[in-house]
Amino acid sequence: MKIIIVGSGNVGSTIAKQLSVEGHNITIIDTNEMAVRKICDGWDVMGIVGTGASIQILKDAGVEEADLLIAVTDSDEKNLLCCLMGKKAGAAHTIARVRNPEYRDEIELIKNDLGLSMFVNPELAAAEEIARLLRFPSAIEIDTFARGRVDLLKFEVTKECPICGIALKDLHTVVKTNVLICIVERGNKVIVPKGDFTLWEGDKVSFVASSKKATQFFKEINLNQGRVRSCTIIGAGDTAFYLAQKLISDGVEVKIIERDKARCDAIAERLPGAVVIYGDGQDKGLLGEEGIKNTDSVVTLTNFDEANVMMSIYCKKVNPKAKLITKVHRSTYDDIIDDMNIGSIINPKLLAGEDMIKYVRSMQNSLGSNIETLYKMNSGRVEALEFKVKEHHEKIVGVPLMDIPLRKDVIICCIIHNGMIETPGGQSKISVGDTVIVVTTDTGFTDISDILM
Amino acid sequence: MNKSMIRYILCKVLQFEGVFLLLPCIVSLIHKEKVGIIFFALGVCVFALGTFGSFFKPVSNVFYAREGFVTVSLSWILLSLVGAIPFVLTKEIPNYVDALFETVSGFTTTGSTILTDVEYLSKTVQFWRCFIIWVGGMGVLVFIMSILPLSGSYNMHLMRAESTGAEVGKLVPKVKNTAKILYGIYITLSVSMVISLMIAGLNFYDALILMFSTVGTGGFTRTNASLGAFSHPVQIITIVFMIMCGINFNAYFLIFMRKPKEVFKIEEVRAYFLFIILGVASITLSIRHLYPTLYEAFHKATFHTASIITTTGFTITDYEVWPSTAKFILIFFTIVGASAGSTAGGIKISRILIMIKTLKRELDHLTHPRSVRKVNLNGQAVSEETVKSVEAFLIAYVVTVIVSFLLLSVNGFDFTTTITSVLTTLGNVGPGLAGVGPAQNFAAYSQFSKLVLVFDMLAGRLEIFPLFVLMYAGTWKRN
Repeated sequence: MKIIIVGSGNVGSTIAKQLSVEGHNITIIDTNEMAVRKICDGWDVMGIVGTGASIQILKDAGVEEADLLIAVTDSDEKNLLCCLMGKKAGAAHTIARVRNPEYRDEIELIKNDLGLSMFVNPELAAAEEIARLLRFPSAIEIDTFARGRVDLLKFEVTKECPICGIALKDLHTVVKTNVLICIVERGNKVIVPKGDFTLWEGDKVSFVASSKKATQFFKEINLNQGRVRSCTIIGAGDTAFYLAQKLISDGVEVKIIERDKARCDAIAERLPGAVVIYGDGQDKGLLGEEGIKNTDSVVTLTNFDEANVMMSIYCKKVNPKAKLITKVHRSTYDDIIDDMNIGSIINPKLLAGEDMIKYVRSMQNSLGSNIETLYKMNSGRVEALEFKVKEHHEKIVGVPLMDIPLRKDVIICCIIHNGMIETPGGQSKISVGDTVIVVTTDTGFTDISDILM
Repeated sequence: MNKSMIRYILCKVLQFEGVFLLLPCIVSLIHKEKVGIIFFALGVCVFALGTFGSFFKPVSNVFYAREGFVTVSLSWILLSLVGAIPFVLTKEIPNYVDALFETVSGFTTTGSTILTDVEYLSKTVQFWRCFIIWVGGMGVLVFIMSILPLSGSYNMHLMRAESTGAEVGKLVPKVKNTAKILYGIYITLSVSMVISLMIAGLNFYDALILMFSTVGTGGFTRTNASLGAFSHPVQIITIVFMIMCGINFNAYFLIFMRKPKEVFKIEEVRAYFLFIILGVASITLSIRHLYPTLYEAFHKATFHTASIITTTGFTITDYEVWPSTAKFILIFFTIVGASAGSTAGGIKISRILIMIKTLKRELDHLTHPRSVRKVNLNGQAVSEETVKSVEAFLIAYVVTVIVSFLLLSVNGFDFTTTITSVLTTLGNVGPGLAGVGPAQNFAAYSQFSKLVLVFDMLAGRLEIFPLFVLMYAGTWKRN
């Protein structure tokens, strides 16, 4: 595909590298000549120096034939303008990075009016990722569907699990929560399990559920020991705001420590449910006073990577049981930080980059199809796809699932009907406009009708 | 320095040269010449050696700019060293240094020769002599890149080191596709020239040989009288294709992209045609009295202007007898050369333009000491780094000329012969003046002097810096 990327900062260069390696034709535009040259020297991409909001520069970059325009400069407004110009000049799809929380409520309106295909907010993405990690500390991997309403979670079955040694069809005798297990990894094998499949210790099991159901499920199978009830956030930036908002709505006690008075005031005003502490997170006395030793989790979100890492190391020392999440912006010292063993590391820019790469992959996979989301899992052996059902899918619409002739390695994991999440059973029916999540070990599906025999 | 990667690419180059060496065998088969066996045996050996050497994948993929320069220099040296072997084995040029001179002259599209009589060469060897011009014209590594799946960052460093001009850019995002487009343009030009020449009455072999030499802007011919031995229409076709191959190939890409109007917005293209028109006009005026008709003077002036500015080096008459004005204009064109990104040599018109504009800026700066001004080319500001590289290139050019001149002076030839020998080899043109004039050749130079000229030719084709980097001690330090 032909992709134009405006802005060669961290996110821009990360996605340019990755997508160029994946074989796409990348043109990168930036006003900073040195930055453009650095990327062009290092990777097989074409660089243009200039402002991406200019229609002439975009035309030089070949916007007329471009499949996708990604605007990731440091300014929201410029990104939106780039996308608007790009769309006018003929780019098929446009993605903008919009990070200002003040635009968040209007974003859908902006998206529709400017014809944006997607917008990316690194801070929001980071907050969502952190919230997911805090919600299910036992989950190994979490992917989301239907704009975050449904998760695909992976966990490892342990000896203590009541589901260990139980066949899937008898699962309801052990757990009351109705979830659908769609993939089991056993050793090197990836299996789409049928009813008579028995789970054993060491199996890595993936299931699709809304977050509420997933919580109940984890509780019932005794995997919830890490469940977070309280969280201390150090640094009150945008990420902290989004995260706190999410955690509070999940019923987690949130304490935010921030050393800037104005930020404290602003966040206290917008988040009445949170305890906001005005003080320095690097002050041991203050941390002790605020119960760092007893909190379930600590998330360090200041703007200084070094401070975040040091605070996490300190927390690890005084409270080894807490779940630690550290925000690191620069990926230069990744390997060193990994060796420190301070829990999960979050890199908002990489996350945002990953989101866009996922979009490009699904775009490539779905050229001329109706795939909404696509995840490749287990190094590409399994695909989880989200489809939108249209009028012309008569063979699927209105037929009970047990009567649909499905292919062997396909499982329908979830039906989202008018925003309601339904775990499908034999009697469930799909209607027009529903979103359906399908997991398969076959690859190359482009349309929901491909799941039929 | 990532030696295993350099070794890997060099072996790939050998593989390709092995394949190239097999092509003259076809000529041998058709014309029933025995020398084909030598080419076949050598081709197979070289290919086997290259295959064996590239069988082991490089240990690491680290590849920086200096590796790019070193790889390109070594590739060209290796190509020339191997390419000279058939001349010696077939005993048609028995001395290896002579054969090397001839081969380098071919690969670098110079067209200078040490042969007093080129007509006794067998058709197979003649084919090889001209074919390497065609290969060298667009660049060997660019060719390899358009075919091999060399992915990763290093291909840009290779392309930049091998391509000509102050600023090397890509036409499309992928280096591989860019290389393919360039070769597509090159092959289109080649095929159309062969067809035109055949319509003008040449047989296929002659048309092919002449095309290799013209499109690659080399200058070898199979006749001692150069293009003088060919008919008038052939000379005119040659003029047209020489001029076309001196244009930046980006211009053809613009035409291909249906933006032909923008071609004449490229300042380099405009300056190129301006130089040609002024050259033709002034040479015609100065040689008018030597020829019976104005048309004949005009034809000779046009042919030589085109031949020298595109650094091809064909001749149709001995211009040694022309007045000094005409000769000096030709020497000026020898130094200037044609457009960057074409198959031609010389300093390149874009560099001359940047230089003139930099000079003007300096004058502005002297009269208005606080003025801030950018050098513009094609309506866009040229980066200070490019301006600096142009200045450095000119210094390197002058240094190379002076040092080569001093080294050649031991032969005891006159000033004109010695200086034009250096200028014509460094500009990849072919003929000089006086002792190396259009009717003369380079046979009289000593073995050592021939090696100096070999260096000049390679320096001219690779635009000096890759060879300097190769010889620079800092390149080979561990850190």
